[in-house]
Amino acid sequence: MSPSRLATRAGIYAFLGLFAFLSVFPFLWMIVGMTNRTGDIILGRFTLGDAFLENARNFFEQADAPLVFWNSAKIAILGTIATLAVSSIAGYGFEIFRSPARERIYGVLLLTIMIPFAVLMIPLFVIMGKLGLINTHIAVILPTVASGFVVFYFRQATKAFPSELRDAARVDGLKEWQIFLYIYVPTMRSTYAAAFVIVFMTAWNNYLWPLIVLQTNDKKTITLAISSLASAYYPDYGVVMVGALVATLPTLFVFFIMQRQFVQGMLGSVK
Amino acid sequence: MSPRPGLRRYYDINGWSFVGPAVALILLFMAYPIVWSLWMSFQQGRGMRLSFAGFGNIIRLTQDPVFQLALGNTVLFFVVQVPIMLTLALFIAVLLDDPHLKFRGLLRTLIFLPCVMSLVVYSVLFKSMFLLDGIVNQTLLALAIVSEPIPWMSDPFWARVLLITAITWRWTGYNMIFYLAALQNIDKSIYEASRIDGVPSYARFFRLTVPMLKPVILFTTVTSTIGTLQLFDEARNIVASDTSAGTAGPGDSVLTLSVYIYNLTFRFMPNFGYAATVSYVIVVLVALLAFVQFYVARERDR
Repeated sequence: MSPSRLATRAGIYAFLGLFAFLSVFPFLWMIVGMTNRTGDIILGRFTLGDAFLENARNFFEQADAPLVFWNSAKIAILGTIATLAVSSIAGYGFEIFRSPARERIYGVLLLTIMIPFAVLMIPLFVIMGKLGLINTHIAVILPTVASGFVVFYFRQATKAFPSELRDAARVDGLKEWQIFLYIYVPTMRSTYAAAFVIVFMTAWNNYLWPLIVLQTNDKKTITLAISSLASAYYPDYGVVMVGALVATLPTLFVFFIMQRQFVQGMLGSVK
Repeated sequence: MSPRPGLRRYYDINGWSFVGPAVALILLFMAYPIVWSLWMSFQQGRGMRLSFAGFGNIIRLTQDPVFQLALGNTVLFFVVQVPIMLTLALFIAVLLDDPHLKFRGLLRTLIFLPCVMSLVVYSVLFKSMFLLDGIVNQTLLALAIVSEPIPWMSDPFWARVLLITAITWRWTGYNMIFYLAALQNIDKSIYEASRIDGVPSYARFFRLTVPMLKPVILFTTVTSTIGTLQLFDEARNIVASDTSAGTAGPGDSVLTLSVYIYNLTFRFMPNFGYAATVSYVIVVLVALLAFVQFYVARERDR
């Protein structure tokens, strides 16, 4: 290798290495920060301290940690299951049973993906008020269940579902819902896994809508709890760090065990 | 081929029962709110006691300095941040696409990792890192990049720089994954042929890589545009702001349209009509920019 190519090579590694380091640094900062007192964190201390237990105890007391964690988990898991069920059935239906009327509705559905949430939030708040659902977890979940994006994702995936399987099942006398439940769902396991990761992450991290619709502390999610801890006049950053880690662990865990599906799910939207 | 009437009935019964639940939910929680919001934007009043105001709200937009500040901030974040981030993402993707590169998988995973963090959590972490005596200023001072600490939290200019840096940190890896996937689908023999023909590497990048990635670049541009125009979580959490007064950053320097709508609706005297008007400004911006981006992408086809 010539010296100039060697220098280019070194430059590439230095650049990528630096960028990778910067990408990971806030994670390290969070882990180190959990062990330090606020006074040290605001002065930029980046060595492990001995305040972890104190911070963890304060987080559990100040933020009612088990409750807010449970609230987040409940909303994210139930919301994801409902979204996958309703939106995958619809995506399958739009692709298999085509008609001009349904194609038009599908077109409208795709347009809703581009609509900013700010447009929906006032009417949604009023609707939830009329339904008597303000300050309930159902109100958080309901508007996310029929997702234009997830319907689109499943319709695209259904195009790859072999029609021979459907024909064979019909000959065997299966009804349409049986074909969906007993043949489509098991065949499309990896599609479901990929969609699960994406929808779960979105639901777990949701902030604006829960902020509006959940009003008492016993209903709040962990994201809301962290936001209010950190917006105090003198935030206790040691406590905030513990909260940040607890809020990140589930998504980090899902990411590491399902990395392939994660990337697949993301890319599914451009194919 | 025209389907037999019986078959059509079969398709309709099954079709509607499969798509029915999703369509009903979309109608109630999407279509109805979209139309209602549009209707509200022509009304004025407190809370739900509204009366028709014609274009009153639109006229008010032109006389509202806070709205204009929020609009300016939002457009600024979009214009500065999206190009920086996408260029960086494309550059990194091209470097990572080299099969001879060592630690490729590791580097890719590390650069993608910010995506698992929630927007609120990373905002809060950035806030703790960019305090006046915090780790970032300490490092910049130690490396002699700056001679005095940067007032990230109290100076409007630096607060905006902080916000743009943070969003770029969170989303560069995300966009990089799309580019990497597209690069892997490109037939490598094209590169081989151009190298033999003596085409320099920068020309290969601009004449071959960029045109072939055009659909993905368009997709990431449109999604990033929509995301940036809706900016809320970061603007509300990243700079030490007085949340009780509803301001965002020093001198409202990171106030975005979404934060302003939230303030109008749930913080100040609730004014649903005017808030709805401001929300439709975002819709118009999204539609306009998406149209421009599709148009630009289409024209280069010839």
